[in-house]
Amino acid sequence: MAPVLEDLAVGQEVGRREIGVDRSRLVRYAGASGDFNPIHWNERFATEVGLPGVIAHGMWTMGAAVGVVSDWVGDPGAVVDYQTRFARPVPVPDPDGATVEVVAVVGALDAGTGTARIDLTVTAAGARVLAKCQALVRLS
Amino acid sequence: MAVNPEFAGREYPPNEAYEVGREKLREFAEAVGATHPAHTDVDAARALGYPDVIAPPTFAVVVAQRAEAQLIEDPAAGIDFSRVVHADERFIHHRPIHAGDRLVTVLHVDAVTERAGLSMVTTRAVIHAEDGEPVATVTSTLAVRGEDA
Repeated sequence: MAPVLEDLAVGQEVGRREIGVDRSRLVRYAGASGDFNPIHWNERFATEVGLPGVIAHGMWTMGAAVGVVSDWVGDPGAVVDYQTRFARPVPVPDPDGATVEVVAVVGALDAGTGTARIDLTVTAAGARVLAKCQALVRLS
Repeated sequence: MAVNPEFAGREYPPNEAYEVGREKLREFAEAVGATHPAHTDVDAARALGYPDVIAPPTFAVVVAQRAEAQLIEDPAAGIDFSRVVHADERFIHHRPIHAGDRLVTVLHVDAVTERAGLSMVTTRAVIHAEDGEPVATVTSTLAVRGEDA
């Protein structure tokens, strides 16, 4: 059942998920996206440029987080606007990797345009990694 | 070297079309953990009214970054990619990207600003189908650390 605008309330949680990420995941994302920046797979390079180690692509984190919204709305094509600021990197140590936690809450409703703004709280190791992470979805 | 402020306001001509393939969308969906069947199963996508499998919401970055390369790989722009951090990203979708699309992008450099040893470069990639139909706009800000930062 697709969600209906009239049944939603601001502040309502619509989904949450924990997503694991390890080095093989980053290599896979590098290949799929074409972003081969070595800070996402080469420990030596990452530390030489002042990072704590290999970090996840911000775009991987952003892309993984919105899956909660796509699955909730039932149609990934209903996401008409999606934005974030990258607040903090997500270090991905080998071999343990990291866990990203996503909580999706209704941030605003607009009956005129038939849209709901879903605000995503995205954290790793207790710290917020994406800021102002918002997805606007069109509901029928 | 700081990013060249003269690039602000620049608009590039439409680039060569990006042809969206089913397997590329499936590969990207798998990489971001997008498990909705509309990304991988043609019948599931058609049941939602789309002509073919559709892209996850952030796939447009792959299309946009081809256009952004015109700026980033231009030595005159002064962007040292080893000193770049991604600051923000936004996707506006007029319709989902689907397999079979041939997408042309016009890149705009909206702003180049200096702030506390950082150069902030904001680009806007306007993506449309070959027939001119608007598809998506991808806005991205990169922060480039100066030599002393």
